[in-house]
Amino acid sequence: MRISISKWFSSGTPFVWFNAGAVAISIIMVIGLLGLLALRGLSHFWPADVMQANYTPPVLNGTSQPTEVIGERVENESVSSQQIVSSGIPVDESVPYYDRQLLKMGNRDVTGADFAWLLSSYISDVQYPENIVAMERREWGNFYGFLKGLRESGDDIALEGEAALWDEFELRLERTLDIQEDIFEIEKHQIGEVNYSLERLRLKERRLEIDSELTDEAIADIAQQREQFAEDYALLQQELVALNQDVDRDAAVFLAANGAEVEIDLADIVRAYRPNQMGVTAKIVTYFSKLGEFLVDEPREANTEGGIFPAIFGTVMMVLLMSIFVTPFGVVAAVYLREYARQGFITQAIRIAVNNLAGVPSIVYGVFGLGFFIYIIGAEVDQLFYPEALPAPTFGTPGLLWASLTLALLTVPVVIVATEEGLARIPRSVREGSLALGATKFETLWRVVLPMASPAMMTGLILAVARAAGEVAPLMLVGVVKLAPSLPLDGNYPYLHLDQKFMHLGFHIYDVGFQSPNIEAARPLVFATALLLVLVIAALNLSAVALRNKLREKYKSLEV
Amino acid sequence: MRKVDVSSVLGSSAEDVSDLESCIDVSKLNLYYSKDKQALIDIDLKIPKQRVTAFIGPSGCGKSSLLRCLNRMNDLVDDCVIEGLIALDGEDIYSKHIDVADLRRRVGMVFQKPNPFPKSIYENVAYGLRIQGINSKRVLDEVVEKSLRAAALWDEVKDRLHDSALGMSGGQQQRLVIARTIAVEPEVLLLDEPASALDPISTLKIEELINELKRDYTIVIVTHNMQQAARVSDFTAFMYMGNMVEFDATDNIFTNPAKKQTEDYITGRYG
Repeated sequence: MRISISKWFSSGTPFVWFNAGAVAISIIMVIGLLGLLALRGLSHFWPADVMQANYTPPVLNGTSQPTEVIGERVENESVSSQQIVSSGIPVDESVPYYDRQLLKMGNRDVTGADFAWLLSSYISDVQYPENIVAMERREWGNFYGFLKGLRESGDDIALEGEAALWDEFELRLERTLDIQEDIFEIEKHQIGEVNYSLERLRLKERRLEIDSELTDEAIADIAQQREQFAEDYALLQQELVALNQDVDRDAAVFLAANGAEVEIDLADIVRAYRPNQMGVTAKIVTYFSKLGEFLVDEPREANTEGGIFPAIFGTVMMVLLMSIFVTPFGVVAAVYLREYARQGFITQAIRIAVNNLAGVPSIVYGVFGLGFFIYIIGAEVDQLFYPEALPAPTFGTPGLLWASLTLALLTVPVVIVATEEGLARIPRSVREGSLALGATKFETLWRVVLPMASPAMMTGLILAVARAAGEVAPLMLVGVVKLAPSLPLDGNYPYLHLDQKFMHLGFHIYDVGFQSPNIEAARPLVFATALLLVLVIAALNLSAVALRNKLREKYKSLEV
Repeated sequence: MRKVDVSSVLGSSAEDVSDLESCIDVSKLNLYYSKDKQALIDIDLKIPKQRVTAFIGPSGCGKSSLLRCLNRMNDLVDDCVIEGLIALDGEDIYSKHIDVADLRRRVGMVFQKPNPFPKSIYENVAYGLRIQGINSKRVLDEVVEKSLRAAALWDEVKDRLHDSALGMSGGQQQRLVIARTIAVEPEVLLLDEPASALDPISTLKIEELINELKRDYTIVIVTHNMQQAARVSDFTAFMYMGNMVEFDATDNIFTNPAKKQTEDYITGRYG
């Protein structure tokens, strides 16, 4: 049976296809985005095989000498021969395209550059020697080479055979890493604590001085405490010196590409493995260990290596604080607007203004936060409560509190609008039922209406979190930094340091991707961090959604 | 407590309103929802104590508006103006000295659609007491049981007191709302078409309940259903276009109405 076009059209079939197509495209785009981020970000942690080869590119004058290269292949691409010629390599211009590959060669301290583009056609003698060692170091990036010997306090250790040498190396590396951990613990926590206490003592003394309550007794007391801290400090220092000597004991000698011999202190090594002889299981174990390091460690080397834990922590912390500020504020405002204020021109105008606030560019909020919160309120707070620290500002400088407040301000319209809609949806009959039992308006609100509107408040909060967690521009003005020396939550009283600056995943992406000196090394981290930012926001949102669904179940409103 | 004559329940022998002690006196009541929209016109009415009084009349005649004046529910409507006097036990309920929340506790109200709170059955009944600051578990347990028994609901829900009230059937919900209302021990119960959203069996249960409750409470019921008014009420007021057309013992209204309008309405000739 033939159906006319107009009949087919009015049957709605094309409309269904059109709508389904739009949904499908959206889903494909989201999956594609996440897939790209995951592929480019997560593959970075895979311990790839390391190749050794000879590279003989043509040179302008004379014959070229082969250079030995060792490294991990990162990516391939095709380049026009013209482009290659104009970069100074005289290739055959009759061939339109040449393949080239990016090799991560590490050894920045030896060769000066750790990445190189090599033309595939001029690479020869590719092999994957079993005993090539790949290492991550605390400085200078990765290192690739062959293990040649071990030294203890500058003297060679005599060892027979490759296997024995590697075993001894791994043993000593483990010892060194253990000591490193102890050093980290002392430097970061114990000495940090003493320093923090000393600073507090200084501030206390200054405070007494300002209040002119600095009696002889107090001076003596402070001096005694200070002496105590100095003693603690000296002990820790002594311990640290001993550990540092210990950690510097061992070194290893490596043979890098082109026969260069390099001595590397074991203390500089974070991780060493021989990828070419690892099986799949061993590689998976290493992969997850590297991924774990990325998630829980602190950044190294201007953020291009190591982990991003402080950024994750800062992001979550800031969003949670923002939620704590924005929810009550938004709900209270919405309750007044919807329940108490007389509905009329002015309330309508306020409502429109609130809606428009949601559309103000976020950087404007950043400027406002800087100008109002930090320079006006923060400076005032410093004058009133922290005069002892002046001229160094405590709250009169960008920090976690101001960043959270600025974002709370940015997102409060969303919470107000969502809560108002929730309040409007509570059936009149339920309110009347409560009032008819002798409840006042406030009691009705507090005991019946607000609990029933709580899912709507959660919806507002979810939208607020979604907006705030991804926001970067205003944060750059009110508290985010490239590298924060410590987390805003730690073991030192008062535990939560609202005045501290913090790191943020969104800013981290910008910083690593666009402010980094080593772009090739940083690129995969940009993708991995972006993926992580998406995951953190999704996790925050999903937990809020779960909470909302629970509330909905509990307060499901009456069927109207 | 006064024993109620069984015959009055059946409506076989009519009492005279003026012989009975009155509970609510309404005189010269005018109600405007806006300047040119008058909903009630010069209503005079005397609602007798411990009797069931029914308001009947076509939609929009003002019977619900009148009912909602009796516990000042109309206060919630913006621009609503009320003139005249309503006295509960001789006290003007629109006087400045009246605490509205207290008045509403004394004059309980049940609405057309069941409106339980999204809380447990127990908490629904205890709500009014908790509002009054009574939180003792012993007292609450006692009142909840007594109220649910009075609303003929106890046997059906005693095993699931802490389940959500929203899981009950419509008829059960309406009886729960009645239990919730009598838990605060009001003097008057206002029922605004309490059975109109229910099935016949639930309706029957509600009507039986009304007969039970009138021993202790003064009941005012608004209904669309004339048979219902005939079945449950002792006195009936017929209202039309904001006017109180006729008010008399139910028996008289249904068998021997004084006004032609009333007769037309009752016999279905109302056009």
